[in-house]
Amino acid sequence: MSVSDIKTGFSYKKLIVPAVLGLILVLLATLPVYTPSYTVVLMITILMYIILTVSWALFSGPTGYVSLAPSAFFGVGMYTAAILGKELHLAGMVIAGGLFSFVLALIIGAITLRLRGIYFAMFTFGLVVLIQQILLWWEITFTHTRGRFVIPVDNTTIYYIMLAIFVTLTLTVIFIRRSKYGLALQSIGQDEEAAAHSGVNVTLVKVFTFAISALFMGAVGAIVATRWTYIDPYIAFNPTFSFFPVLMSIFGGMGQLYGPYLGAAIFAYLEELLITNFEYYYMLIFGIIMVITIVFLPSGIVGLIQRWRMMKWWKGGLAKDDANT
Amino acid sequence: MPILEGTKVCKNFGGLAAVSEVDFCLNQGEILGLIGPNGAGKTTLFNLISGALVTRAGEIKFKNKTISKMKPFQICRHGIARTFQSVKIFPDMTVLEHLLLSAIFGSAGRIPTREAKREALNLLEFVGLKGLENVPARDLNLVRQKRLEVARALASRPEVLLLDELMAGLNPAEVAEAMELVKKIRDSGITIIMIEHVMKAIMGICDRIIVLHHGEKIAEGTPQEIASSKTVIEVYLGE
Amino acid sequence: MLVTILDILVAGLLLGGIYALIAMGLSLQYGVARVFNVAHGEFIMIGAMVTWTFYTIVGINPLLSAVISGPVIFVIGFFLYHTLFRYLRTKSITHAAFESNSMLAAFGLLFIIQNIALIIPRWGSEIRGYTYLASPVNIGGAIFAANRLVTLLVAVVIGLAFYLFLMRTRMGKAIRAAAQDAITARLMGININLVLALCFGLGALMAGLAGVLISMCYPVHATMGLEYTIIAIIVIVLGGLGNIPGSFLGGFILGLVGSVVTYFEPGLALVAYYLIFMLLLILRPAGIIGK
Repeated sequence: MSVSDIKTGFSYKKLIVPAVLGLILVLLATLPVYTPSYTVVLMITILMYIILTVSWALFSGPTGYVSLAPSAFFGVGMYTAAILGKELHLAGMVIAGGLFSFVLALIIGAITLRLRGIYFAMFTFGLVVLIQQILLWWEITFTHTRGRFVIPVDNTTIYYIMLAIFVTLTLTVIFIRRSKYGLALQSIGQDEEAAAHSGVNVTLVKVFTFAISALFMGAVGAIVATRWTYIDPYIAFNPTFSFFPVLMSIFGGMGQLYGPYLGAAIFAYLEELLITNFEYYYMLIFGIIMVITIVFLPSGIVGLIQRWRMMKWWKGGLAKDDANT
Repeated sequence: MPILEGTKVCKNFGGLAAVSEVDFCLNQGEILGLIGPNGAGKTTLFNLISGALVTRAGEIKFKNKTISKMKPFQICRHGIARTFQSVKIFPDMTVLEHLLLSAIFGSAGRIPTREAKREALNLLEFVGLKGLENVPARDLNLVRQKRLEVARALASRPEVLLLDELMAGLNPAEVAEAMELVKKIRDSGITIIMIEHVMKAIMGICDRIIVLHHGEKIAEGTPQEIASSKTVIEVYLGE
Repeated sequence: MLVTILDILVAGLLLGGIYALIAMGLSLQYGVARVFNVAHGEFIMIGAMVTWTFYTIVGINPLLSAVISGPVIFVIGFFLYHTLFRYLRTKSITHAAFESNSMLAAFGLLFIIQNIALIIPRWGSEIRGYTYLASPVNIGGAIFAANRLVTLLVAVVIGLAFYLFLMRTRMGKAIRAAAQDAITARLMGININLVLALCFGLGALMAGLAGVLISMCYPVHATMGLEYTIIAIIVIVLGGLGNIPGSFLGGFILGLVGSVVTYFEPGLALVAYYLIFMLLLILRPAGIIGK
């Protein structure tokens, strides 16, 4: 029995959500069969953003420690694909990308997560540019080339690997959320000192969760590299990719599990629509949406939905409180 | 052998000596009172015991084992739990989740979730919060939040409980209830140190009292001894 | 040999002057107004690009155009605080929530400002530059461009002027009081909202002025801001969060480090700064002690 099961008990209603999710999974798994290749490509992009966003929200959501470094881990994954792509089998390369990011995050976490959250934000903020510069210097000094090529892979394979990462991530997120670690993460975000005094090894939990979120960012970076095929320090380490997960999570809302998924899907689709015609304008619009969301809708769409449900509950009078999800 | 003892414990903040060469010992099963004017160093001493702060000098031993250098989560798992002067609860977590967290992470061994839940519900009844397990902590009033803090501390199965101003902000009826609760906790086998300003409570239930002033221990003894001590009266009247 | 050392030293001071300026600006915004303004570098960029525009298109020299662009940037910063961040302050229940929200809002601002710059017709994404006061000056055998010396001079003058402002004037004292304890400051009659908005505006002003100076010496482009923001962050950590004179000194220290590192291995300056950053976080000097 998981920790959260204890509260609500068991009922057949709880089978509806898994059933729907299972159906969605089947649809997604068979997607390439019944849709044109354009849709597969679109789904690859959407899945990429969802993975980045959900991984970010996995750690930064409950703990409140804002990581501004998703792009750094994403880039590490990409460079892993570029450097090890020839040596390793595709799946191995993806896992390697994830592992290198995992280790990097462990180191960063060990240094910064013992301190106040602002230092974590500060350190992660500069990471993207730092790694970019290290690689630039390296490429100028040692390899004498700018950028690398990555062996391309066909879209269907990319899609299935993305899907695999997506499913693994979702299962991980659900598991963590419903387990004692989810409880610990929440408590850290709400009162870290009290959590520590309740027996939670806060540093360990923070560092480990941060590393897990980085793992998925690295893995998805590795597979995306095979789509982009040419990468250099500027392409792989792009601050924009640090911005997207944050924007999408906050817009979607982090109070519920589905928030980041929703936010990512919406913005991924928006980006696809706008990028061809309005290259800088769409980023400008996203920036404006970010500010507006922080000011007017800090709990995101999820918050909006919850408020609407609360209002319905109030108006409905004695409706049972099943908002305990 | 005392269950908890401190030898020449010191703590500085910049140039200020918050706790200065304090010796104390806590005997199993007693209720020790810790009093003194504001700024005397009482909460700092608690912070040093619970690991929230690191001692500058001196040693703290729990069951003859040095705990001065340990982190809060380790000290909690060893068996010392505490409440806080300004109530520190998890606003968006339910009452039950508070206790589950403490039971799962704060106890010495591994406790299966089912058992943790059972114990948690019993504890809620013990402290008077029966039926409130699914209420988010932010929806409780102050008195209940304080009870929740106590229950959360108890959920980690401590041998020593540090209570920081449990009675603050309570009316006389609530103070009496709280006093009963403290006695119940002691009767269940837990040793208690309590910081208090409410003299009625201190004099009423403490077996011994330590008085701090400007970081130093200026008096120690039974409630009667403390009540009649010239030094203590001067310190309090002089404030 | 001596000439080389002098070279490095003076180059370090020149770099340090800019760093000191941008760090003081960020220190005002984070240390006093409590906004971790990750868009700080974008104000530097605005100062730089506007100066470039004025010089190459209108023909006004940089130091003169600063008199126009400076106050405008100040007003923008003041206005931003007065509307956006002040509102966030009232809406945030805890201080931690405000820090988080304001940082995220600034993050959004970063992309807004940067992309506006990328869209503006004459600006775009290319690297721009101009030459002004590039004539060489000889100091003890080492040659420096006049514009860099002017940069150093201006940075030091602004720094000292601001230091005196903080220490001697009534408003400066109000700012220091607000930095220590905003609540008490308000109780003592200080119009806290005005002071905080002022500080934020002043921070933006310093960034803008730094941008003017940078544009005199280096090429500029719409995405130049990020790296300067990072450097400013490292300097304020080095100097101690909230310690404005500390960030002034820290800027020069880091500038010297940068100059030395660039002499041996150009391109690794930021890496060196980050190593210092890491060491600071690991060794935890005052102000960094855990949550």
